[in-house]
Amino acid sequence: MFEVVAFYLFAFLTISMFSITVITKNALYALSSLAAGMIFISAFFFLLGAEFLGAVQIVVYTGAVMALYAFGMMFFDSIKEIKETPTNPRLTFMLTGIIALIIVFIFVAPIIGANITASYPLGMAADLYGTIDGNTQDVGVVLFTKYLVPFEVAAVMLLVAMIGGIVLSGKKMDVSLSEQSDKKQDIEKMKDTI
Amino acid sequence: MSITLNDYLILSTIIFMIGMFGVFKRTNLLMLFFSTEIMLNAVNIGMAAISKFHGDLTGQMFAFFIIAIAASEVAVGLGLLVLWYKKHNTIDLTSLQSMKG
Repeated sequence: MFEVVAFYLFAFLTISMFSITVITKNALYALSSLAAGMIFISAFFFLLGAEFLGAVQIVVYTGAVMALYAFGMMFFDSIKEIKETPTNPRLTFMLTGIIALIIVFIFVAPIIGANITASYPLGMAADLYGTIDGNTQDVGVVLFTKYLVPFEVAAVMLLVAMIGGIVLSGKKMDVSLSEQSDKKQDIEKMKDTI
Repeated sequence: MSITLNDYLILSTIIFMIGMFGVFKRTNLLMLFFSTEIMLNAVNIGMAAISKFHGDLTGQMFAFFIIAIAASEVAVGLGLLVLWYKKHNTIDLTSLQSMKG
């Protein structure tokens, strides 16, 4: 019973938060509602018994990604409303529905066709080591045996992305954009007074 | 009455549709990044749900790698966005149409 109530509550909250993100014209509202939606999604992971994934979701998304967006938005004019060229809303809505349906069918077709058996069942660590420490130990055992090479490749990828981000946004970091515009305004004011 | 795999997959599809609607509707590049994050998270929910209901850990592993990819995508994408904003003073998608014939 508790699970049902929690599922519907968090489903409602997540969908409404993400709808705000997609619909609103204010960038700050979009950012904060996206952060809230990310935290609500981690509730589903806790409900599904994937505690480690839920903790990672909170740490990575609301800790790292949202902070990165917040710093990035300091470069842009986030206070004023976003000007966007209008698109046809009915066409957009229809395209969205059709493409989402096609993707669902593509992914569901092989699941219906084949009988899937678990190759890495839950509770593996308990069978192997005789201790019951839950999801985190299971994840650790699978991640550092079967998925060790993808794990290391992901680490290298994150390092490359970090260096790329620093190099790309670090150019002309000593020249502030707002300072530039301030100086221009000052020059114009001086011209006016003269 | 209990929550089944179908409920989670339907929720995942709805959130994915919200994200895709954002990708179609928005022309601001920052909002496009937000919509991509929503779509990646929708897939994560589906992965974790299948992992639980089939009793297999592989789904959770893939969710971890999706999170890693999302983090690196944000780092590089935001760097490029800042660079574009410094050069053109706008982050509207239509400003990227520099190859007009």
